[in-house]
Amino acid sequence: MKRREFVKLSGMGFGATMLPAGLMAGNRISAEELLNPGPDVAFKKRMADVALNASKSKGATYADVRIGRYLRQYLFTRENKVQNIVNSESYGIGIRVIANGTWGFASTNTMSPESIAECAAMAVDMAKANAEIQREPVVLAPQKGVGEKTWKTPIKKNAFEIPVKEKIDLLMEVNGAALKNGASFVTSNLFFVNEQKYFASTDGSYIDQDVHRMWPTFTVSAVNRQTGRFKSRDALSAPIGMGYEYLSDNPAEKIVIPNGPTVYRYAYNMIEDATAAALQAKEKLSAKSVPAGKYDMLLDPSNLGLTIHESVGHPLELDRVLGYEANLAGTSFATMEKLQSKNFQYGSKIVNLVADKIQPNTMGLVGYDDEGVPCKKWDLVRNGILVNFQATRDQVHLLGETESQGCSFAESWDSVQFQRMPNVSLQPSEGKYSIHDMIKDTEKGIYILGRGSSSIDQQRYNFQFSGQLFYEIKDGKLVGMLDDVAYQSNTQEFWNSCARICDKDDYRLFGTFFDGKGQPGQASAVSHGCPTTRFNGVNVINTGRKI
Amino acid sequence: MAILSQEEAKRLIDKVLSYSRADEMKVELNGGRTGNIRFARNSVSTAGATNNLTVSVTAVLGKRIGTSDINEFDESSLEKAVRRAEEMARLAPENPEYMPMPGPQTYTSPKAFVETTASMKAPDRAKLAGASIKSIMASQLSGAGFLEDSATFNAIGNSKGLFGYHKSTNANFSLTIRTPDGTGSGYAAGDFNDVAKLKTGALTDIAIQKARASQKAVALEPGKYTVILEPLAAGELIQFMVRAMDARTADEGRSFLSKKGGGTRLGEKLLDERVTIYSDPADSQVPSSPFSGDGYPYEKVIWFDKGVVKNMSYSPYWAKQKGVKPLPEPSGFVMEGGTQSLADMIKGTEKGILVTRFWYTRWLDPQTLLYTGLTRDGTFYIDNGQIKHPIKNFRFNESPVIMLNNLEAIGIPERTRGCLVPPLRIRDFTFSSLSDAV
Repeated sequence: MKRREFVKLSGMGFGATMLPAGLMAGNRISAEELLNPGPDVAFKKRMADVALNASKSKGATYADVRIGRYLRQYLFTRENKVQNIVNSESYGIGIRVIANGTWGFASTNTMSPESIAECAAMAVDMAKANAEIQREPVVLAPQKGVGEKTWKTPIKKNAFEIPVKEKIDLLMEVNGAALKNGASFVTSNLFFVNEQKYFASTDGSYIDQDVHRMWPTFTVSAVNRQTGRFKSRDALSAPIGMGYEYLSDNPAEKIVIPNGPTVYRYAYNMIEDATAAALQAKEKLSAKSVPAGKYDMLLDPSNLGLTIHESVGHPLELDRVLGYEANLAGTSFATMEKLQSKNFQYGSKIVNLVADKIQPNTMGLVGYDDEGVPCKKWDLVRNGILVNFQATRDQVHLLGETESQGCSFAESWDSVQFQRMPNVSLQPSEGKYSIHDMIKDTEKGIYILGRGSSSIDQQRYNFQFSGQLFYEIKDGKLVGMLDDVAYQSNTQEFWNSCARICDKDDYRLFGTFFDGKGQPGQASAVSHGCPTTRFNGVNVINTGRKI
Repeated sequence: MAILSQEEAKRLIDKVLSYSRADEMKVELNGGRTGNIRFARNSVSTAGATNNLTVSVTAVLGKRIGTSDINEFDESSLEKAVRRAEEMARLAPENPEYMPMPGPQTYTSPKAFVETTASMKAPDRAKLAGASIKSIMASQLSGAGFLEDSATFNAIGNSKGLFGYHKSTNANFSLTIRTPDGTGSGYAAGDFNDVAKLKTGALTDIAIQKARASQKAVALEPGKYTVILEPLAAGELIQFMVRAMDARTADEGRSFLSKKGGGTRLGEKLLDERVTIYSDPADSQVPSSPFSGDGYPYEKVIWFDKGVVKNMSYSPYWAKQKGVKPLPEPSGFVMEGGTQSLADMIKGTEKGILVTRFWYTRWLDPQTLLYTGLTRDGTFYIDNGQIKHPIKNFRFNESPVIMLNNLEAIGIPERTRGCLVPPLRIRDFTFSSLSDAV
């Protein structure tokens, strides 16, 4: 399936224009083959040793090998029609080496000892050719080999074991619920991913990991032919590191906002959300256009998650800080000097942001990163002060540290691993403070839910975000829907305007399958957790125009 | 061998079709190689190469469709791919919108393949990147860049006798140069089918010049300004409009081409009369594949003629509903230009802002095609026909439809990202806030 076809079928046409080209890589296979266990660990170890030995014999001083088998299932529907069901498999080996102090990388999908040895030689040759224009040799933080290890996402129901018919029936029910409640159009999709990743290195690690992720989503549109207006509402689900058990109805995982929407934690009722979406899309058609000005913003995790991603996750990537992404995604306002000063006020004192690759249910949850480093949790911003970045083995010496933070990731076996953000999340407040309390405490505000338009500059200062649902708050109550809302701010001003954070009972996840970075572009999956949070006096613009 | 000749591709497609037990079958071949080198902080950072050939088989049983791909080419693997596609078709629900495959078509022959590009190797890339780095270092600046070359082919055939073959090469280079004090940044990029036309030295010089000239930028108040958009910036906004020409979405009332009360704006004058935009796979400067994924020919199609909406794209299903010919959406476009160079346009501008490129452009409203994004890597104030000083970057909130109604001048088109786009002078371009980013 080509990227353009995927974007069209998924209804992501406007929002997904930055999807990396390799996203849909893989050979389409039958649904049954998704349950094929694939090659056993002993075979993978043998092939990995072929690659490591061939690399060393050609002159590599370090080598690592990733044997990947990536299984994906995508289901696309529109109204009462199934547009496509795609089951794909991508399998092969990527070999990364250091020779003459320079990185080299090559990959092949032919899993024979001869082909793998040839591929390793190619990686070494590439390193040697590029060493001619290398200025400083690669410095790798030491990493003790961990021996033979296995790790698996703790899922309860493997989504690939659920019959396709059951999934289609669910989507048809979702679409039916939306249409019955007044939607003019609806597309719904299910995405399931299983990454079987085997990592080995000359440090003495042999790590076999089985990673599962999923995303149920839809877009509902309401059209008024007379006025010529149309409005949409996307699902309030989160892409998540769980099995099919995420698609269940559990009242304990639901938060109902009086006069407002229902939001979900770790159990998502897709039919209920589609019903609400249809009604809300219709309501949006007659919503009041927002008067521009300063408002206190109550941001739901389904909205704030993206703001965290763009204004915290990306600027604290060490490769950006150093200039490695300057030609594409840019650099960062959060410079090394700001970190070293130990007093850079990133946010207000109640702001605590953590990086965490071992957080349950998240998209970035793995046992080891793509350099074989055991994953962990660490602080990025503590009591509002910037305290750390995210780094890989070849970067940490620039921070004056000797241990990698485990942030290496490659989209697939045929792409080279590099620094990608871990799950980055805002910590809840201590004590009890609910979304109901927060609405009650707000005099003039806007409550925003869902992912909307997003844009931030290349050093991550100036941003503009929108959303799916906008509720006006007056004197402690939701008084109706608003339209044409976008909020603009500067990262540091915004996080310093953070006034209240709800407690852990309101903590929920936002996520993305498609965080794009690098040249050639690669996608990675990541989650951002937070409770509903209030930012005072944020600038809101009105985006209504006429053509 | 990842690139098959036309004859080899035809033989392979015929062999796969011979295994078919389906009512209809389509076979696509996609193959080629890519190579890249990336540098930053004036040193190589990563590099890579790929080589792949894939066959994709689509089987149709009644109105049930299944597709499978494989990249192994022995007879049993190919037959397995066919059986798998048929099996998936048997399992799939009926698609009521399925349209029978087209029979033989006539395609143009775009000249998109250049041997010099096809034969590029790792040392060639290292040499080009190395020369750029050398020049940047001599200027005591810091550079990050990316060079990628590819040689690819695609072929299509079906059980109704359709066959198409196309091969192409491409070489892209882009680089960003920053001043050591972090106050200046310049960018340049180029892409061609023939790597010999890709002047990496000249592009490096432009980026160096822009980086130096953009140091110590001055803040201007946000508001509406006359802007000159270089082709890279203009093309980025216009492509969103060209990609939104789908007739079905317009008929359904959810497009910028939907009309109040129903119907579409086909035939309406929507843009300035100097705007003519077309696509043409045989264009000598931006050649592209002559057939779409389902085998319909790409021909020269005028989408906007002197500002009038001349065509919309129709999928085979929607074309049948509306009684018209299927018309695939374009993969690239050409916007007709004028005779002025960028320098002439600057000279003819009393007061305005020169924009090198945009960044992080995202939709705000699909109905008005309102987009937001930021200027980046060289934004300058023009006063009395001259570039006076660099200015801080702006966020814009603007629609290409509104922008192309506020057109003041059009320059000579240049190739950018596979399209031909002229520099444009636009009045009342909306900048909504300032950014301190360099």
